[in-house]
Amino acid sequence: MSDTTISRAATPKASFSLGRLLLEGRAFFALIAIIAVFSFLSPNYLTVGNFLIMASHVAIYGILAIGMLLVILNGGIDLSVGSILALSGVMAGAMMQGIELQALGIILYPPVWAVVVLTCVLGALVGAVNGVLIAWFKVPAFVATLGVMYVARGVALLLTNGLTYNNLSGSADLGNTGFDWLGFNRLGGVPISVLVLAGIAVLAGLMLSRSAFGRWLYASGGNERAADLSGVPVRRVKITVYTLSGMLSAVAGLVLSSQLTSAGPTAGTTYELTAIAAVVIGGAALTGGRGTVRGTMLGAFVIGFLSDGLVIIGVSSYWQTVFTGAVIVLAVLMNSIQYGSRARKG
Amino acid sequence: MTDIPNAKPDLGEVVLAARNVAKSYGQIHALKGVNFDIHRGQVTTLFGENGAGKSTLMKILSGVIQPTAGQIILDGAAVAFDNSTDARNRGISIIHQELSLAPNLSVRDNIFMGREIMGPGGVDFAEEERQTRKLMEGLEEDIDPLTPVEELRLGQQQIVEIARALSVDSRILIMDEPTSALSATEVEVLFKVIRDLKSKGVSIVYISHHLEEALQITDHAVVLRDGTMTAYAPRAEIDLEWFVRNMVGENYDLGSPPGGYGFGNVALSLRDVTVPDPKGADFNVVDRFSLDVRAGEVVCIYGLMGAGRTELLETVAGRLRASTGEVVLEGLEISHLTIAERIARGLALVPEDRQRDGLVQTMTVGQNLSLASIAAFTKGLFTQKKAEQALIEDSIRKVTVKTSGGGAAIGSLSGGNQQKVVIGKMLATNPRVIMLDEPSRGIDIGAKAEVFKLLAERAKQGLAVIYSTSEVGECLSIAHRIIVMHKGRISAEFDSTVSKEKIMAASGESVAA
Repeated sequence: MSDTTISRAATPKASFSLGRLLLEGRAFFALIAIIAVFSFLSPNYLTVGNFLIMASHVAIYGILAIGMLLVILNGGIDLSVGSILALSGVMAGAMMQGIELQALGIILYPPVWAVVVLTCVLGALVGAVNGVLIAWFKVPAFVATLGVMYVARGVALLLTNGLTYNNLSGSADLGNTGFDWLGFNRLGGVPISVLVLAGIAVLAGLMLSRSAFGRWLYASGGNERAADLSGVPVRRVKITVYTLSGMLSAVAGLVLSSQLTSAGPTAGTTYELTAIAAVVIGGAALTGGRGTVRGTMLGAFVIGFLSDGLVIIGVSSYWQTVFTGAVIVLAVLMNSIQYGSRARKG
Repeated sequence: MTDIPNAKPDLGEVVLAARNVAKSYGQIHALKGVNFDIHRGQVTTLFGENGAGKSTLMKILSGVIQPTAGQIILDGAAVAFDNSTDARNRGISIIHQELSLAPNLSVRDNIFMGREIMGPGGVDFAEEERQTRKLMEGLEEDIDPLTPVEELRLGQQQIVEIARALSVDSRILIMDEPTSALSATEVEVLFKVIRDLKSKGVSIVYISHHLEEALQITDHAVVLRDGTMTAYAPRAEIDLEWFVRNMVGENYDLGSPPGGYGFGNVALSLRDVTVPDPKGADFNVVDRFSLDVRAGEVVCIYGLMGAGRTELLETVAGRLRASTGEVVLEGLEISHLTIAERIARGLALVPEDRQRDGLVQTMTVGQNLSLASIAAFTKGLFTQKKAEQALIEDSIRKVTVKTSGGGAAIGSLSGGNQQKVVIGKMLATNPRVIMLDEPSRGIDIGAKAEVFKLLAERAKQGLAVIYSTSEVGECLSIAHRIIVMHKGRISAEFDSTVSKEKIMAASGESVAA
């Protein structure tokens, strides 16, 4: 028996077939197909300018989707990201307009960097509430994040009385200009929001593939009991992923309100569903344990490039909804084919 | 090899036969042209190592999977089963090795799952319940039909699985290691049921790893090795020598406890450990349990299912909390530490249920092996690929996992090799004390011998081993000291020269029954 160790090396990988290649790289091929079709239909589609604009639209969903991927890898779901995005935007807006401390009779205008940091901390805190509810109080993720979704949206509406903060550019006298930098400026021609997305994607990718935390996450998503008995701190992992998801929602909220130079309490409604769709199209399993940042990024770009392409060629926005839905169903179908075949081999 | 399968004597009518049946999964050939006969009213035992193709052959015969080549002949005519329901309608049912019950449903609902008895007003639950009670009486098991399956212990779940197969009135009944979770008493009852079925003309295929057990009921036996049939013999010709020769091809001895060295200091000390029932019932599953294990010593904890062995080991490992008592590892009280901290201090547990507690199915063989020792190959923020690869290859070699490499899917391994991965994972943490909870469940004699050899070697190097089992034979061939556990307490303690009967008597098992 002992001589059989590491025999038959690499035989499974040797059996490359076109079908398998298409299946495993489906998100990538779908993106190529979308770009090809729209380039053919509209001369304006395949231009650097348009790509950068589309990419800056993708940035919002992409950032949310990375947070969602972490949660889904853990076997959970986070329905509150859209609401956290809105709450963060509104909080940032409120801070830009000045915080009035009535007891002292003064109005505080924090500098932009402080606004950004405080907003991220707020998002992380709300995410941590999700995490604690799920990890310590054993509330199912769907229910816990559904509740936080309503609460966060409600708080955002309360803070603003349902109104929108419009002027977020700050003023030079108060030393808080520069909030629109995130949404409007470019570095070397690339929108800052796209660079932020790229940076977050690279960090998340490294974390998942190279860090111990990434391994913990895949293990506890795949089999929490086995991970627990192997010494993986499964509760800490759980709280961390929801905290990160909340924080990334806040980042997305900052980017969005900076792009719009306004912050409204109804921003980001149903964005959580788009983020889940991007993760699923990217090949992650909703049961946990399977998925990559690369796939999720492809998924986000598929959704973004598809809906922008439909706008460019002048298709009704109602059709966009139909197409997006069809793509999601198709992606899930492919997922079950891929994972189903693997499971049957076992 | 010496017995040619085709030269067998005529032994009554053949009801179901496989002719040149082959099954391939891509590059892997699980079965390579097997001929197999099932005779009316007789018990045929199928022996074979893990990965020999036993389960695959039985799944083909019961319609769960379809063969890539060859024929299935039922009552003299070639048939093709669409699925297991099709096969069941033709009178063939199977008891799977891995339990296939819905844990949230009651015993009654599990037994009638998919073929509910319909009355005028929907499902006739009263009739289902009545039949379930009757089945349980037949199996001499005191299980209420309305208990959710998840509240039953493993052995009882196995009984439910058996009852489900019995409830269909099949002509051919396939049992894939039905006794792996049963106590000796329960096995006796099962055998009585099997003899009863035989007298009614039911044919039985019995897959087993236990020669002694199979000899009690079998009429003939077949050995599978590497996807081909290597031997056939009627009951009269089967003995240990035949079995071992055909199973492993060489003489195997599970051996005797490792000797020739002295024990070190006390490595693990348990003082009056008491654990309340994890499900909240009002009794203690472990009751004032005290034990000292020295470095290099192999201690066997023998007991029936439900004796509290699993709860004891899980408490020591840190998953369950003791209500009172001390757990001292090399002089340090560790009751307040997390599982990870205990592993880091050299305490490792190989859990009982490898599918549920041992393996992460979505990860590769290598990632499973390295899961408990991630810190060992992490520098700063990142894991080191080379160091991890070295650790994985080292583990694969040490525990002799039969795999295409660290990148293989965990599901591609046979049961015994999966078990070796779980053991390898915990040994990779360089433990000072290792606890193994029923590690031989569902693994064959060859893999078991390898596990024993491995443990003996590590014990000689100073590893303290706690080995929990419900097989007396295993205690005698590995342990320096045997602790018998009964209802959460130590009911007896023996050295390795004790007789099997004495151990079993102390476990509360009535040998005569």
